[in-house]
Amino acid sequence: MSTAPATVDGPLITADGIPLKESLQKSLRRSKIRAVLLVAPPLLFLIFLFIIPIGNMLTRSVDDKLINEVFPNTFEAFEAWDKVSEPSEEMFAAVYQDLKAASKTEIGKSSVRMNYAKPGWRSLIKVTARKIKKMEPPYKEAFLKAEGRWADTEFWLSLGIMKDKRTMGYYLNAVDRTYDFDKNVIHVDENRKVYNLLWWRTIQVSIIVTLACLLLAYPVSYLLATLPMRIANLLMICVLMPFWTSLLVRIVAWMIMLQQNGVVNDTLVAAGILSDENRLAMMYNFNGTVIVMTQILLPFMILPIFSVMKTIPPSYMKAAQNLGATPTLAFIRVYMPQTIPGIGAGCILVFIVAIGYYITPELVGGKDGRLIGNMVAYHMQRSLNWGLAAAMGTILLIVILVLYWIYDKIIGIDNMKMG
Amino acid sequence: MSNNDHLVRFVDIQKSYDGESLVVKNLNLDVAKGEFLTMLGPSGSGKTTCLMMLAGFEPATHGEIYLNEQPINKVPPHKRGIGMVFQNYALFPHMTVAENLAFPLEVRHMDKSEREQRVNRALDMVQLGAFGDRRPAQLSGGQAQRVAVARSLVFDPDLVLMDEPLGALDKNLREQMQYEIKHIHENLGLTVVYVTHDQSEALTMSNRIAVFDDGIIQQCAPPEVLYEEPENAFCANFIGENNRFLGEVKEDNGDTVKVEIENHATVVAKKVNVGGVGDRSTLSLRPERVTVNPEPGSVPNIFSGLAEELIYLGDHIRTRFTVLGHDDFIVKIPNSAVHAHLKEGDTVNIGWNAEDCRALDPSD
Repeated sequence: MSTAPATVDGPLITADGIPLKESLQKSLRRSKIRAVLLVAPPLLFLIFLFIIPIGNMLTRSVDDKLINEVFPNTFEAFEAWDKVSEPSEEMFAAVYQDLKAASKTEIGKSSVRMNYAKPGWRSLIKVTARKIKKMEPPYKEAFLKAEGRWADTEFWLSLGIMKDKRTMGYYLNAVDRTYDFDKNVIHVDENRKVYNLLWWRTIQVSIIVTLACLLLAYPVSYLLATLPMRIANLLMICVLMPFWTSLLVRIVAWMIMLQQNGVVNDTLVAAGILSDENRLAMMYNFNGTVIVMTQILLPFMILPIFSVMKTIPPSYMKAAQNLGATPTLAFIRVYMPQTIPGIGAGCILVFIVAIGYYITPELVGGKDGRLIGNMVAYHMQRSLNWGLAAAMGTILLIVILVLYWIYDKIIGIDNMKMG
Repeated sequence: MSNNDHLVRFVDIQKSYDGESLVVKNLNLDVAKGEFLTMLGPSGSGKTTCLMMLAGFEPATHGEIYLNEQPINKVPPHKRGIGMVFQNYALFPHMTVAENLAFPLEVRHMDKSEREQRVNRALDMVQLGAFGDRRPAQLSGGQAQRVAVARSLVFDPDLVLMDEPLGALDKNLREQMQYEIKHIHENLGLTVVYVTHDQSEALTMSNRIAVFDDGIIQQCAPPEVLYEEPENAFCANFIGENNRFLGEVKEDNGDTVKVEIENHATVVAKKVNVGGVGDRSTLSLRPERVTVNPEPGSVPNIFSGLAEELIYLGDHIRTRFTVLGHDDFIVKIPNSAVHAHLKEGDTVNIGWNAEDCRALDPSD
């Protein structure tokens, strides 16, 4: 007979009358607090350096608030306008009010944003703002006197694109599309299309690099996993050595190897395989990006595949042969399927790193080896179009998440082995 | 004996991995058709190496192995048609049980209906008919073991090799599987070469046991012969429990010898594997062959022993005596009314027959 003081339908209680659940919670509290404390630093790190910046990026990619705050009267007057007739005196008065009230930096930032909607806005605003103090009504006349372009209704019409506080404009720009003045999505002019080509090239490079890494990594991993310990360790150091070398040093080394008068070309010419005038162009183009990225990302493929292969006992291959399979068939039917978790992890790792790669293409890519990552960097550092950079970053993030989701559906994330 | 009865013959086999030492030293062994032969020995004795050479995973350094009178040294493993159960079963984890079993049939290009039929038959044989769709990871140790046995048999090999197949199982399951494998062997008329380091497993299952040590077969005999009549000190010691005395032969009477133990007592023993007068010898005596309080004159060897320790084991009482200066002399006293009940510290006479005390080589 159990002596537990529990009634048939009441909750279980311990010997001193405290409900069992409460007692259990109490006894676990210490370890729970400890767990929370242990997790806290990485969690804070994640929140401040990962989640908040990503949230910031997501908002920035659709944010169009500033301009509405700087030009409230202008947009009000714009709404009242019939979009057909000549801009009225009231509209100019509204612009005058807004320009007068706004600070210099606000006007500067807004004019940059307005320039994305219609090129010319920036200089128009700049010139007008400089003369705003001396202006007197009627403002229409004064504006037209200050800048003749105010007569161009296109500037006024372009306000329609910017009137909402949220915009998909940056995303459209990132795929070579834009809004017309009626907010219809249209293609940008043929000669201004750049991004679609870059997206396509980025995907292409990522796939080629992933496949090349897989092709190179598989036999190396197999050797690493099957050779005697001493040789395998030496080989492992060879694999890891580039990992420990500075990225820039490695890229420079490749430059020395691949350039027109580099080691590879010189050797081929010296061996008589190439004539001197037919030296291969392996640098500052697509090839350069692919070659160097493959080398740099190779360890990301080798390590997960190796760690999976290491866990496959040699007895499987023996068993398969014993059961009548030739060594090749045994390898294909028994060994390879078991390495799929490693292949999957390696491929997804290399692809994700490759798709956002930027230093290597920047240094060895030349004109047709640039990737989308370089564009993000360009808009962050040079053109300061952070909205567009954020939109492109978000698209990259979405591509990666979709890939991850597909991987989970096909192979299952539980099966992924990073090492 | 005609060679035709032999399925496997090892002829002058030597094996070295490093070119400096021999793992297998001149092995000659014949396995008859339908025989259950066990290679028994401590780890590193060369038994698994012999099995791997037979399966084709290790080349013999010297000598020739014959299967059905055909030399097979140059035949790759996948053409030998030998079934094998591996130590950790080696069931392919990415295939279901049924796919595992179908694998050897598939690579032999057997058509689908026959494949299914055979897989089902094999699964029924090991009482796992309903487990075809499971993955190996979803099986218990005993079930995985049975699947491994079924897979090794599904393509009807004449010869099946088993490399410590029961090592990973717990004791009860291991004993159960021993009987099952033994029955499968008997029912199918297979020839089995079985490797183990577990002597009770070897005694339970085998027709013949080859005891390996240091790359040499120390003795190859049926279990009862091996236990009752070990030919050397290693076999006597490795199989079953054994009391040992080391001494010097003083008198050679043909069938028996008189051996003087270090403290000057003389024991009469059966001459088995010992030289003449003056040689050293190990005397081997099974604990169950010792009598407590024998009739004076009934046995030639009677000495006084001091009971040091008694362990009650139900059917018998395991008693440790100090006899002839050895304090590790074990006697199994049956738990029956006829036997006097000893206490620790008692001094009694114990004795044994010359027949039961075997004079063997003076190893170590």
